[in-house]
Amino acid sequence: MATSGTTLPNAGPVTGSRSFLSRLRDGDEIARLITMVFAATVVLITLLLVYELWTNSALARAKFGLHFFVTQVWDPVIDQYGALPFMYGTLVTSAVALFIAVPLGIGAAIFLAELAPPRISDTLQFFIDLLAAVPSVIYGLLGVFIVVPLMRTVIFPGLNKPLGFLPFFKGPSYGVGFLTAGIVLAIMVIPYIISVSREVLLSVPRDQREAALALGSTRWESTWNVVVPFAKTGILGSIFLALARALGETMAVTMVIGNVPTISASLFSPGDSIASVIANQFTEATGDLYLQSLVALGLVLFLMTFILNGLARLLIVVTTQRGSGVPT
Amino acid sequence: MKRVAVLVVGILALGAMVWAQNPLLINGAGATFPYPIYSKWFDEYHQKNTNTEFNYQSVGSGAGIRQVTEGTVDFGATDGPMNDDQLKAFQAKRGSGILHFPTVLGAAVPTYNVPGVSGALNFTPEALAGIFLGKITKWNDPAIAGANKGVNLPANDIVVVHRSDGSGTTYIWTDYLSKVSDEWKSKVSKNTSVNWPVGLGGKGNEGVTGLIKQTPNSIGYVELIYAAQNNIPYGAVKNSSGNFVKADLAGVSAAAAGAAKEIPDDFRVSITNAPGKNAYPISSFTWLLIPQKFQDAGKREAVKGFLKWMLTDGQNYAESLSYAKLPKEIVEKEKKAINSIQ
Repeated sequence: MATSGTTLPNAGPVTGSRSFLSRLRDGDEIARLITMVFAATVVLITLLLVYELWTNSALARAKFGLHFFVTQVWDPVIDQYGALPFMYGTLVTSAVALFIAVPLGIGAAIFLAELAPPRISDTLQFFIDLLAAVPSVIYGLLGVFIVVPLMRTVIFPGLNKPLGFLPFFKGPSYGVGFLTAGIVLAIMVIPYIISVSREVLLSVPRDQREAALALGSTRWESTWNVVVPFAKTGILGSIFLALARALGETMAVTMVIGNVPTISASLFSPGDSIASVIANQFTEATGDLYLQSLVALGLVLFLMTFILNGLARLLIVVTTQRGSGVPT
Repeated sequence: MKRVAVLVVGILALGAMVWAQNPLLINGAGATFPYPIYSKWFDEYHQKNTNTEFNYQSVGSGAGIRQVTEGTVDFGATDGPMNDDQLKAFQAKRGSGILHFPTVLGAAVPTYNVPGVSGALNFTPEALAGIFLGKITKWNDPAIAGANKGVNLPANDIVVVHRSDGSGTTYIWTDYLSKVSDEWKSKVSKNTSVNWPVGLGGKGNEGVTGLIKQTPNSIGYVELIYAAQNNIPYGAVKNSSGNFVKADLAGVSAAAAGAAKEIPDDFRVSITNAPGKNAYPISSFTWLLIPQKFQDAGKREAVKGFLKWMLTDGQNYAESLSYAKLPKEIVEKEKKAINSIQ
């Protein structure tokens, strides 16, 4: 759904003294037109998506308006729908996922790109690509069979005893919930962060490293103070790619989040997410308003992704302007 | 190149053959719960009547009702009867009514995981309503213990598990709780998915079962067929005659027979908590939704022919697929209703 934050400088079509006809004969113009049509489909699909979500949620938008964003009730019996608990669940699980995945992913990428011998790096990269291609339902099963029991028997007692005074770690724990979903999401998005960040780090010019080493830096100083800042934009891009995946993940989340629309500070509490509730309830949604409210939830998710992507762009613009690196 | 030509000719010939046979195709969509028997029926019926072919997509009851109302399919199927608003919408859109035909029966059963308890537990309606309302929170609550003398129930907190996806099973379960508990009726009511007062949600029968297996002291509900085919232990429920009945096909059919006298002519009826000594109280029909008027006479006759076959020979396939058969009284009543299809 989202694109990564990396941008390429636009070369633009070659224009000059040659006439349109001669360029057409050479094939340049044909290639340009065809590829332009392909590029335009991306825009068209996005617009179509928004249009469909917008028109098919008309009833819900008319009935609930902006209250949809702040209503906590989701009751198909009395036809009352609100998005708040689902938005909360989507944001919390994604935040937990990034909190775990970002340090792990970037750390691993630095090792693979800078410190590991090339053979190990390439072998590991193969496994990482493999992990990125595993269907999400498999991660859901992993969550159900490993993370959920572990959560109930090890992680919950381990966190609740010393930190139970904090609202985030209050019990009881059923094994399923925000934290479980966040952990499963983290496992799912780590390969993206590693894979993209490693590529970005590898593309940092050799000169940069050599210059740092020539100035007397250690290997780690050159990596941390020169290479990583140089690649910052691309690494940020990898994080936002991971975030986009986490926001929209459906199947794996449904299997471990508990599917209860609640807002609770406790990470052990069961919750629900936008993508999960749509997948759960769409087929049996009988009333028009019910169905349209589910579509409206889809619109909300689109909006959230859109805003977060906008913020990502902004962040990249701000960091590159500070002069710490160039866009990769 | 030659091979390609042969292939093309072959495909064209095959297409022509299919075109020439051209069986009458009747499309339907709806409930997932009866899908195994519907696909068996449509297959068997097609073998006996090769000029008629039924195509059924198990997209869910809600989608089935929507699609038949829109006219994108010839018939629908649902686990919960259409409500008055939906009937009105159908009338307004299509200019005629829609008929409900019960086909087979299903049931929902309480399943649980209580450490130290191995046998089947007995549940009173009050206990089930109390548990699912969140008012009965301990397994050794007198409301549960009273019906299970001699069982050593722990003093642990109950964890309620329900379906997270919209489902006919949830409809049956909440319909039953609405009948036996006024508080449930006013606070939660019945639907394919409701605003649950307590508990965790699992997707599908397998999701609920998975959560229950993994969570000590939990209780939930699953489809009887699913419990039977996967050897999932489940409890008995007290019926309206005061007997504790553990669900089986006979008990489900008995519920339909018990309710037969009060069944309205449009068959839109809930048979939860039905009278009868052996009736299992959390049972329900599943329905085919047939438009009253068909534009296409061929389709009309084919559908009528199928319905007649389904009510007679077709019923014999039910029990081997773990569905409860329709009782005789209902079959006779439905045979009459077929004549009103025009």
